[in-house]
Amino acid sequence: MTSFGSGLRTLSIATVATMALALSLAFFYAPLDADQGFVQKIFYLHVPLAIVALLGFVAGGVFAVLHLRSGDSRWDAYSYVSIHMSVIFGVAVLVTGSIWAKASWGHWWVWDEPTLVSFLIVFLMYATYYPFRYAIEDRERQARYASVFAITAGAFVPLNFMAVRMAESLVHPRVFATANGGLPGEMMLTFLVSLAAMGLLWTTLVKFELTAKSASGQLKRLRRALDAPAPDGTSRVAPEVS
Amino acid sequence: MTPSAAAFRAILGKDLRTELRTLQSLPAMALFAVTTFVIFRFALDRTALSGSLASGVLWATLLFAAILGINRLFVAEREEGGFDAIRLAPIDRTALFAAKAAALLVYLLVLEAIVVPVFAIFFLDSAAALPPLLLVLALADLGFAATGTLISSMAVHSRARDLLAPLVLLPLVVPLMIAATGASEPLLEMGGPSYERFGTWLGVLGLYDLIFLLVGYAVFDFLLED
Repeated sequence: MTSFGSGLRTLSIATVATMALALSLAFFYAPLDADQGFVQKIFYLHVPLAIVALLGFVAGGVFAVLHLRSGDSRWDAYSYVSIHMSVIFGVAVLVTGSIWAKASWGHWWVWDEPTLVSFLIVFLMYATYYPFRYAIEDRERQARYASVFAITAGAFVPLNFMAVRMAESLVHPRVFATANGGLPGEMMLTFLVSLAAMGLLWTTLVKFELTAKSASGQLKRLRRALDAPAPDGTSRVAPEVS
Repeated sequence: MTPSAAAFRAILGKDLRTELRTLQSLPAMALFAVTTFVIFRFALDRTALSGSLASGVLWATLLFAAILGINRLFVAEREEGGFDAIRLAPIDRTALFAAKAAALLVYLLVLEAIVVPVFAIFFLDSAAALPPLLLVLALADLGFAATGTLISSMAVHSRARDLLAPLVLLPLVVPLMIAATGASEPLLEMGGPSYERFGTWLGVLGLYDLIFLLVGYAVFDFLLED
């Protein structure tokens, strides 16, 4: 049995500090965008969120491969929590993206921005992870099938981004050039700090969830050892962490 | 013949023979598709379709008809203990994946052989688009067969199997649908087929097929373990 709780305090403090630094840089250091003004600051929230969420989905797929190869249910728990956290981040990505679209293009949703549309489809794909997983009763089978889902969805992500981008008949003007050259130094620095802060936030939240799951798993085992029935309303859905 | 190839042939033959004798899936799929065309005729209030509207109606209908078949793909295996038999048999499990995907591919090709001419009679003013459309249909069917078999084999073991397969499958086939409609749209254009970006879209379809056949091949073993 391992404890997931170790290092959690340090990690939390680092996250809060980096997040505070990122936000102060975004508001006080980074220059105002000449074209969009203050609204462009949401870029420091939206883009790091999206990158971290996508990386989290990838991580979920990698953990799933490890789970299938080793049969160790711990990797399944990692995969589950990664995808779970990334779906939550995904909601934030869609909301912030929608706000940004309203502010800069005047509509809450634009279909000709391929990155946004691709992200929506990826989000919808991963949102089916929950009904899929919880519809399978046998715990061991549930873990295996969830891993297969995570791998399949992982293969789907790049393909989907490619197909959506190709479906774009007119090329929408990119607000930010993807090459580093398009971003002034101060903006780039702020962006990188924000990215680091988001990454830390994701890691901390994943660790918190794993710790909570492992604690409730231990509690369940202790209850079983004492022959006390679990109270109603305990979650049967999440993977057990040992 | 290697044992795997023999198993593949046996399972595929069994499936096609069962379907031929019971006619459980295909007539339902075809009937569903034709009725959906009629519904589209009134929902869109058009008697003739072309371009993106035609390709959208065709592909949406085919997708939902395919899901009917995908839902039923493994039902017999589950109910009659076919999964246990495969597990006991000294054969490569991926033979089951290959055979089931092949069976689904045959279903879809037969379905389209019935339904696409009906679509042309209902809505198109010439049949000139049909020969190049065959290529798009075949490649898209291969993709449906790969993802459909994979998802169906998992969904059949769940509590909500009829619900789950379409739920997971729909987002998964979005890239396939983008490419298939993208390739079909210029083919179904008013003044006869044009081939704008035809090759590119066929390439995307081929890539999709390749990736998900490989994924299915790689992970299918884990789905049968017990």
